[in-house]
This record gives sequence, structure tokens and C-alpha cells, in this order.
Amino acid sequence: MSKTVFEKGRKGRGGDFIPPNDCPDHRIDLPDSRKTPIGLPQVGEQEVIRHYMDLASKNYSIDRGIYPLGSCTMKYNPLINEEAAGLAGFTGIHPRQRAEDVQGALEVMFELESALCEICGMDSFTLQPAAGAHGELLGMMIAKAYLEEKDPNRKTVLVPDSAHGTNPASVALCGFSPKTVRSNDKGLIDPDELGREIDDKTAVLMLTLPNTLGLFEKDIVEIVEMMHSAGALVYMDGANMNALLGIIRPGEIGIDIMHLNLHKTFSTPHGGGGPGSGPVGVKEHLSDYLPIPRVVREGDSFGLSHDSQRSIGTIHSFFGNFNVFIKAYAYIRRLGAAGLREASENAILNANYLMSILKDHFDLDYPGPCMHEFVISARNLKKYGVRTVDVAKRLLDYGVHAPTVYFPLIVDEALMIEPVETESKEDLDRFAEFMRLIAEEAKNDPELLLEAPVNTPVRRLDEATAARNPDLCWPFD
Amino acid sequence: MVPKDCTFTKEHEWVYVEEGMAVIGISDYASGELGDIVYVELPEPGTNVKQMDPIGTIEAVKTVADIFSPVSGEVTEVNEKVIDSPEVINSDPYGEGWFVKVKMEDPVELDALFSYEEYQEFLGEQEPEDSEENDDEEE
Amino acid sequence: MSYIQNTDEDRSDMLRSIGASSIGELFETLEDGILVEDGLDLPPPLSEAEVASLFRRIASKNHPASCMASFLGGGIYDRYIPAVVRYVLSRGEFYTSYTPYQAEVSQGTLQAIYEYQTMISRLTGMEAANASLYDGATALAESVIMSCAIKRKSKVLVPRALHPGARAVLESYSKGKSIDIGEVPFLEDGSLDTGMLERSIDGDTSAVVISQPNYFGIIEKAPEISDLVHSKGALLVSYVDPVSLAVLAPPGEYDADIVVGEGQSLGNPQNFGGPLLGFMATKKSYIRKCPGRLISGAVDKDGSRGYVMTLQTREQHIRREKATSNICTNEGLCALSAAVYLSALGEKGFREVAVQSMSKAHALHSMLSDSTYCDLPFSGEFFQEFVIRVSVPAADFCTRAREAGVLAGIPLERDFPELGNRSLLVAVTEKRTKDELQLYRSLIEEIGGSDE
Repeated sequence: MSKTVFEKGRKGRGGDFIPPNDCPDHRIDLPDSRKTPIGLPQVGEQEVIRHYMDLASKNYSIDRGIYPLGSCTMKYNPLINEEAAGLAGFTGIHPRQRAEDVQGALEVMFELESALCEICGMDSFTLQPAAGAHGELLGMMIAKAYLEEKDPNRKTVLVPDSAHGTNPASVALCGFSPKTVRSNDKGLIDPDELGREIDDKTAVLMLTLPNTLGLFEKDIVEIVEMMHSAGALVYMDGANMNALLGIIRPGEIGIDIMHLNLHKTFSTPHGGGGPGSGPVGVKEHLSDYLPIPRVVREGDSFGLSHDSQRSIGTIHSFFGNFNVFIKAYAYIRRLGAAGLREASENAILNANYLMSILKDHFDLDYPGPCMHEFVISARNLKKYGVRTVDVAKRLLDYGVHAPTVYFPLIVDEALMIEPVETESKEDLDRFAEFMRLIAEEAKNDPELLLEAPVNTPVRRLDEATAARNPDLCWPFD
Repeated sequence: MVPKDCTFTKEHEWVYVEEGMAVIGISDYASGELGDIVYVELPEPGTNVKQMDPIGTIEAVKTVADIFSPVSGEVTEVNEKVIDSPEVINSDPYGEGWFVKVKMEDPVELDALFSYEEYQEFLGEQEPEDSEENDDEEE
Repeated sequence: MSYIQNTDEDRSDMLRSIGASSIGELFETLEDGILVEDGLDLPPPLSEAEVASLFRRIASKNHPASCMASFLGGGIYDRYIPAVVRYVLSRGEFYTSYTPYQAEVSQGTLQAIYEYQTMISRLTGMEAANASLYDGATALAESVIMSCAIKRKSKVLVPRALHPGARAVLESYSKGKSIDIGEVPFLEDGSLDTGMLERSIDGDTSAVVISQPNYFGIIEKAPEISDLVHSKGALLVSYVDPVSLAVLAPPGEYDADIVVGEGQSLGNPQNFGGPLLGFMATKKSYIRKCPGRLISGAVDKDGSRGYVMTLQTREQHIRREKATSNICTNEGLCALSAAVYLSALGEKGFREVAVQSMSKAHALHSMLSDSTYCDLPFSGEFFQEFVIRVSVPAADFCTRAREAGVLAGIPLERDFPELGNRSLLVAVTEKRTKDELQLYRSLIEEIGGSDE
């Protein structure tokens, strides 16, 4: 059990990093000055390091092992990307420095935008959104601004029942109303069903391609045509782009707006909760609505344009998560076109391989080739008194991270698995073997699952009490 | 309140009528399905509600569900106990776990609801809800 | 190569297992005509060594403020970041880990963020803080949305002297929620016009936002404003500079309802404005309405203390369209940097940073006050930033100062045309030295004098 940093150290320790004030000292008596102690830790530098190393030892990470979380694309985070992003020429620039002093930064942004346009078949990209959900919100804002000029009655956004929760949440945050489209028994959108949901209030269809079952919409061409004929737009949630690099370009199949997750497809680290980056790409007819400022090329140099007119405004203090762009751009430059395609092909192969093994031990509702991820269900183990949550917790005892659980909502007792291309065959086999063993344990000794995990720094936590009486900060005496 | 004396909605609320006042709560089936209840949000006294309007929410650790009013009328009392100790909804859903009292507009509305036996039959046809744990991936 | 470990042999084995003869067969079901025909038109792949030299080349085209005498502020500051922060952040256990949904194997991240929440709570004097939002600007937008939800009203008042980026983001977010934004001007001394504020609050006002200090660096009369706002039945949202909280009364003391701000100053490099760190703190009674992740202490099956994400029913993955926000990925590593920074500096060191920033800013202000070539338009008390009006257009002044290695400040005309084209926002942090201040003063004389 780890003490908090507040319980360590001693009064007077810590804090010796800057030289004493060499300027004429101005003692200032501020109105309303702080008269109470803040309550920050008082620990020496060595103790800070030991504290965080202790915490680090309790974290699972990609550096430790496989992370087969569906739609998260937990691929290897290349170290060279971290090094590049750590150069003082990047970390030390202030966003209000004049363009002449930040040509390198503007170049990275411009070139990354171009590369993403090429990869996705879109006409323009903005790097402003700080995460995928942020990108979804921006996408909705752009759609709204565009459609409002033509027909202000467009108020509904169609969202499949397999969609990630951020989709309807982003729709609502923008002032649209989400409307659910049911998937058919193949887990896909049925054009006839879609036709029944479209009306003169429909603004956008928000699709994830491939969808959260790892399946590509086989009727995509027809679906896009239907939406466009109805005067609506098609938005693509690009969280699953790792299945499509060099294989399909969303812009070419009629997608009007899309977002990407650099912290998924483009190898930038997840960081235990960010920072991510959710660039948004649009086709020509929507380019005017992108947020400002835009990076522009002027001959041999780069600048920033604040020309607004139809822009939806801005959704970030400055340009987005710049330091993350460097890592994504380094990844794209390292891999090149062939490497990106290879990434998707191997992601698809790894997923199908794992699926072919696991289908013998779990329920597979959607057989047939998947793309880069697939969904199985542990409902076949319910008769032994165990559920998906118990399978997940038992995997932790085997030293690997569990897949995504209970999502997508359309499969009960779901386990959503995305092995990613950077995992080796041996690691996939190991994971499959653990899953097989756990299915056996469910049958022969379900207590092992119900009591799991036992090998981790803590066991299952009482979330109910934490939700009834949240303890959100360490008490200050 | 004894379950057999209650009327039920298809959303699993029970209602028990006591001198023109409807006392409302949720069934043990619902509280069982939800799991450990951590929080309830209920309307203020004086609020007017219509039959099957969502009037509040009930939260478990990883689920949230709407509470629907079985009857139309005015909310006269709110049970502070379930707000302070929501776990009582799990332990005593028909007793201390009541939510609100509503002064009914029209007792005829009760006819549209299930009797205890009809509710049991209705439950027999249900598939258990997959309501636990909604862990998810990043965006 | 794509960091793929599997060889052709591995792939053949796997294909054989699946019963497919090629990978292409696996996406055969995709319609012809939608598949990419020619490859992507991108520059050819590079080896790691070539990537390293490419980025060194690109980086060398930047002249970072961190290596100059930078007086640039406006929410993003050049501060000293201890080596221990970079070290902890370099650990793969933190940066390659995922969101802590499986709490049992994420106790490192969870405890670190719990400690971060605690530090933000203590700094702001509020009961609870969340695990981070994208930046100060979106945190402000979220706090306004939250206020409107709490009060069920849709008008909000913001100061004219608010960070322009925050204002712009608020405007964009407000459209979707039909929130009406009213502006409260500043007075001659640079502070908020409280008389005008009083006249502007009405029955539809859910919240009043104050910026403390405001964008011009001026310290507002927060307790008085708080009393006024509350007496009129509105909520008070304080948009604050985190370092100022070491020396200014924390918002909890003047009964703020929600506190937000930009946390970049806390252990995060300037990074050309991203990633940043939006912090939010509020009262426990509002916690169910706030966005973002929340980490709680908890007890496990054996009675041991641990940490877990809590109140997830507010969030998008459960509440979907009724969620308090759509946020999922936030700024975890930036929050971690803040926690390490505040742990390393501690009570003493952090206060020292604030005091030196304030002291040096006042030293420069004093040095400039008797120059004939610049004037100081606002007389209000300030923290670490102030406005000067130079004798030539501000943009020219900055260009010429730049030649001497000085980044003189942020020209204000674009965002505040009413201040004219000679106004600059000057920030002084603990990193500035006596020599740099004197250099600034001599540039004022030189550039001002050269135009006579």
C-alpha cells in the first residue's frame, strides 16, 4: 500500500531549484493575499523520484505487455518519436512567437496536415482538436455551420447503436439531437433501415469505419449516396483507421468530414489518459468552416492565417496538441506509404488469427473475416456463474491487460479485441492460451475468476462506496 | 409496502396507494439488476408530473437509468433516506427505499399498469439486462 | 518497416491457421472500386537515424523562447522545469499506459492523478478537482455549460479583459448550447467595471466569470465581486493563473463556485501552445454535474487502500448524449507533470516561484515607469504581467528587440483594438534575470530614442 506524497517528507524539505532573486527586491503587499499554507508536499528530490518509481511499478503499460483493447490501437510508441518531440527547438517555443522564429513548427503542422489529407483522401485537415471527442465536436460544429446556411431545420444526427459513447455525447454538445440507427443481425447498417430513419431533419450520419465490431460497412457506397441525396452529410469516426491505411481512403468513398486519433493509429502515446490529438479532415465544400488560425505556405516559408469569414471559430487556445503532432509526423515519415499499408495489413492479419483461435472457447456472433478488431462474448461461461468482468480480472492475474469489456452495447458480455500489428505471433499465442485457460477455469474452478485478481497491487475495489461517498482529495490538516 | 398490494409499470416502478396518495419506488427486480445503487436524483416537492414521464435518475456504479412516474399528479414528499443512503433501495426496495409521494390526479391511470401477478408474468418474459460495467476505449 | 515484429514466416503460419492464402483475401468482402489502387503519395520511408536528423534539422529552424529573454505570457509562460519532472515523464510505465479502466493494474496512474486532484484542490481552496480537461479555454467553456446546467439558465457574463483564446473557445462552444454571452468592460485602471457588472446581472444570468488576474495582469477585487454575484443569485466562475495562487487568496476563500484555468505553468513546457492542461475545481455539491474524469480513494477486497475512477455515470461511455460532456482522453501526462512539479518544488519552492515572478515583474514595471519612451496605462495592482505602451508600433518594437535576443511581449492590437497599436503585454517569470530586465529597459530607451 503506497502512502500519498502528502504523507511523506518533512516540513522544510524540497524546493531548491532556482537561484535567489537577483533583482531589486520588491516586497509587495497584495490586496487579498494568501494567508494560509497551500498544503503542497515537502519532500526532497530523491524522495520525489522514489515516490513516482513506486507508483510506476504498479502500472501496466505497453512497455510491459500486450494491451488488446478494442478501438484503442495500443501499438508500440516508438522511442525516436519521443526524442524528436523532446528537442528544445520544439518544446521551448511560445505560441505567440512571430512566424519567422517558428518556421520548423509551422512546417511540421503543414506537412502533417498534407500527409493526413493524402492518407485519408480529404482536401483539408485541421490539427486543432485535442482528442477524438474534441474532433467529433468540431466535426459536428462544421456540419451545423454548413447546413445552417442551406437549411436551418437540419437538427438530427443518425448514430448506429454500436457507436462509441462520445458520438452521441458530441452530437448533444453541439446542439443536435442524436437518433439511433439499429444494426442488422450482421452487425451492419441496413440501407432499408437507414432509409426509414432519414427525414428532412437529418443533418448527418455519424459512422465508424470499420465499425466497433471490426466490420466494414459493405453497403457503404449506397449508404453515402442515400445521405447525400437527402441533402445530409456523412461523418466518419476514424478511431479504427488502423484497419484502412493505404487500403481505403475515406474521402474517396464520399466521407465529408472525419476525425483521426493520433494517439491510436499514429503511434503517439496514450499517457494514461492523454494528451491525444484528434485532427479533423474535410472535403473542399467544408474547408471554409475549419477553425482558425490555419497554417499557410507562402513561397518558401510558412505562416498563420486568421482570415475567418465562415470559420466556426476556434476550439483550442492555440493550434492543438503540437507536441503530439511531432510524434505522429515522425511515425509517418518513418513508415512511408508502404509501411502504413503494412501496418494495416498486419493489424488485420493479427486480428483474424486471434479470432480463429478464440472462437473455439467463446461465443463469436459475427464470424467471417474481421478487419483489425473483433468482438467475442463470454456469455457461454454464464452457466458456470462467471461473467465477462471476471474473465477480464483473471487475465490481470496472468500478467496481461484485459480487452475492452461490455462494449459495443449490442453484444452482451462483450470482449472487444484489437491485437495491433506490432504484437508478435508469440505474444498473440500467449494471450490466446491465457484466454483458453481461463475458459477452462470458468468450467472447473470458477472461484479463480470470481476472486480475481489476486496477483495485482490491489484486488477488486469497492466502487459502490467510492461512488456514494467519493474521496477526491487527501485531507489537509 | 407489500409487493402483492402494489401496481407496477413496465419500467419496474411500483406504486402503492394510501388515501389518494401514491407512494412510488422501484421493484426488487430492478434494484437487483442495477446492482449497488450509489445515487438517486428525485424531483422537488411541488413538481407536477405526468404518467410515464421521466422524473429522475437512479445510478449504480456503471449504469444510470431513468425513473418514470407511474401516475400523474403533484409530488408532495421526497424520501430523504434514499438520498442520504441509497443502499437502502437495494436492501428494502418496498419499504424504506420508497422515492416520492404523489397526490394523484386520476386513479383510473392505475388500470393501465400491471398488477403484482401480471408484473411477475412480464418478468418471466424478460431477458436479464446486460447492465454492468461499461468499460470502453479512448477517443 | 512499421515496427512489426512478425516475419514472413510468422505471417504464413498465421494465414495457414486461418485458412486464407493471402492477407488480401481477408478484405475481399470490401467492394471493388473502394479500395486504394495506387499506393499513397508520401515521401519514401526513412530509417530511425534519418528520422533523427530530419527532426534535428526541422527543430533548428525554430528559435525557442526558452533560450531567449522571453517576456511572452498570455497564459503560456517560460518557467524553469526541474529535471526530475522530465525524468518521471520519460518512464514508459506512465506514458505508454492506457486510461485506468482496469484499476487493479493502473494504481500508479490513479494515485498520481488523485494526488494531482488534491494539489489543485489545495491550491484553489476548493473541495474537489477533476483529472484534467484539454486546456484553460475549454475548461472555461465547460464551466459555463456546467453553470447553465446547475442554474437552468442560459446567460453568462464574462470580462472584456479575459484571455482572448478562452473567449473565442467559449463563443464556439456556446452556440451549440444556445448560451448568451455578455461582456463586462474594464475601467481606466485595468480592473473590472463592477458598477457595470451590477447593472448587467439579471434573472437569466447563470454565472459571472472573472479572470484573476485578468488578461492584462490586473488583480481583481474578487471577494467583493463574489458577494455581488451571489447576492444576485448567480454562480461565480474564477478563471485563474495557477502560480498566482501561491500568493493570492485562493478562490475557495471568496466562495467561488467553479475554478478553472490554464495549468501549463505547472511543470509543462511551452510546446508551441499544446498539449496544455485545463484544470477545474468545484464544490462537492456540484461534483455530479462536472465534466472530466474523477479519481477516488477506495478500499479493495482485502481492505487495502487503492484508487479508482468514480462517478463514471456522468461520462460519455455510460450517459452518452446526456453526459456532462463528451470528453474522454484528456491531458493525463500534463497533469502528471504538474503533480511532479508541485511535489518537487513543494510548499517552499512553489511559493518562491510565485514571489520571484511577482517581484521581478514589479522591478521591471518600476524601471520602465520613469522612461519617457513608454507608459504604463493601467494603475491597478498586478501579479506577474502588465501592459506597456511603447513609442513605436508594438510589432516594430518586438522585431527590433528580437534582434537583441529579447521577446518583448504580446502585441495587443489584434485582440484588443481599443488599446491601439503600441500596446504590449509583458510577463516576467522567475526565470528572468537582472541583466535581462536592464536589457529590456535599455531597449526601450534605444528604440524609443532612435525615432526622434
